[in-house]
Amino acid sequence: MRAFLLRRLVHAVFVVWGVVTVVFFLVRLTGDPAALLVDASATREEVAHARQVLGLDRPLYVQYAEFLTSAPLGDFGLSIRERRPAMRMVLEHFWPATAQLAFAALVLAVVLPIPLGVIAATHRNGVLDHASRLGSLFLQSMPSFWLGLMLILLFAVALGGLLPAYGWGTLSHLILPALTLAAAPLAQNVRLIRSGMLEVLQQDYVRTARAKGLAERGVIYRHALRNAAGPFLTVSGLSLGFMLSGTIVIETVFSWPGMGRLIVQAVPGRDFPVIQAAVFLFAILFVAVNLVVDVLQGLLDPRARVFGDGG
Amino acid sequence: MRRPPRDGVVLLGLAVIALSIVSAALAPALAPDDPVRNDLLARLTPPAWMDGGSWAHPLGTDTLGRDVVSRLLYGARVSLVVGLSAVVLAGALGVGLGLVSGYYGGRLDDALMRLGDVQLAFPALVLAIAVLAVVGSGLANVVLVLGVTGWVTYARIARGETLSLRHREFVEGARALGARDAAILWRHVLPNVLPSITVVATFSVARTIIAEASLSFLGLGIPPPAPSWGAMLDEGRNYLTTGWWLALFPGLAILVVVLGINVVGDWLRDTLDPRLERGL
Repeated sequence: MRAFLLRRLVHAVFVVWGVVTVVFFLVRLTGDPAALLVDASATREEVAHARQVLGLDRPLYVQYAEFLTSAPLGDFGLSIRERRPAMRMVLEHFWPATAQLAFAALVLAVVLPIPLGVIAATHRNGVLDHASRLGSLFLQSMPSFWLGLMLILLFAVALGGLLPAYGWGTLSHLILPALTLAAAPLAQNVRLIRSGMLEVLQQDYVRTARAKGLAERGVIYRHALRNAAGPFLTVSGLSLGFMLSGTIVIETVFSWPGMGRLIVQAVPGRDFPVIQAAVFLFAILFVAVNLVVDVLQGLLDPRARVFGDGG
Repeated sequence: MRRPPRDGVVLLGLAVIALSIVSAALAPALAPDDPVRNDLLARLTPPAWMDGGSWAHPLGTDTLGRDVVSRLLYGARVSLVVGLSAVVLAGALGVGLGLVSGYYGGRLDDALMRLGDVQLAFPALVLAIAVLAVVGSGLANVVLVLGVTGWVTYARIARGETLSLRHREFVEGARALGARDAAILWRHVLPNVLPSITVVATFSVARTIIAEASLSFLGLGIPPPAPSWGAMLDEGRNYLTTGWWLALFPGLAILVVVLGINVVGDWLRDTLDPRLERGL
């Protein structure tokens, strides 16, 4: 187990290094990072000055070495628009706004499918089974932001303002964005639990558990569900990653003051320190989620420790 | 006996795809109006069946008085062109790298697979936004970004298949007969990789269409006034109370086309490559 943890950790560190490298070269894609890292209205002298101040006139490897040490500590320079540390701005938008939204959506998308998936599996071809199949197909075929717009149209416009369309602060503000974000992974997870359950319910140990007279509820929740949890865990991790990505458009739709909206607003203002910091944080969260999922998987299923090294 | 409903659904999906390709190709002939012509006197005209609507604009007009049907038809061009070309680019890149990686193995293989790990650490949309922020938006850049960032899945599949094929008798045989590596990969390995790749590519077209719509919705995709379904939704979201049709129809268009592609993708998976897992 220790070797497995170590291997996963080394892999994560490697990926973080790659992430920092990508972020470093990102602003150098077009050649002159100075032009991107200062105000778009700056004169040529100001750009030259900034190049010197930011150390962009030094050899590339020196800049890269410095970035490798400063970026993981969260130093991405000052935001061009607000003249404040870029990473602090990103963190302020991540916590609490984005974290709230992602957490609420994750609870919806991971907890609700458990009973729903079990029912869909035990009542095969029942109403819920068909509904989840159709729901999964439809929700994966529509852009999540459009679902958000339609929910606003229904709950905030047609039903006369039953739920607020925009903004942040109260629980009622959270409902529509969280529902929008959770919808597609929720439907998909119901399908996953269902197929996992169907497979497990045919196994010998389930038959044994039934044969020794265990109540059906015990068979399903104690024996079957537990063994159907492995792939579900992986997919939950994927769902969380998908949601982090999804927050970008969803926050824009609902004017939710999170880091997704921050990065979108930073683009027209060409606020590259903020874009760099946000891209970095998104990737780090993604890597962390995957690491946690892998480790949990290893704890749950010893076989995953051998094969699950991401290689 | 009742026929299984799936067949009908697949036919419907194929019909939707064919219909969207035809309407995109024939947009200039089918569109009732110029998709970028402003007509401020007719702004926010509701769909024809509603009070104040007219059959000159069957699905109404937007805030600049542009005809929604015409914009939808031209928007299909953007969606399909971006969806298909980005997937072809990603597929060619990924399959090429995956074949080489799996066939030769060693350092190159390690390096490519680690590069893939790093790339997958970025949520796709985040990376696309960041790159477009640097290189600027526009049709070509959107295709490039979505294409280049999409290679990993193809590379992993192609690599996996190549690994399992490279020591099979027919490959060893070809090598013993003196065939060059390129010929072996092209003639013996690639054909065996194609079924899985076709399935993945089909779903990718659907996802890419949604990705393009998302980028355009965020103002980073196809710049106005060119009609793109995502950009139309962005314009429409500020008029939910006065012009609900602006937010409804472009989304429905995306839903119908993507649904059609996904249904066909499901069918392709079941026929071509039953080993691929469902629902992932």
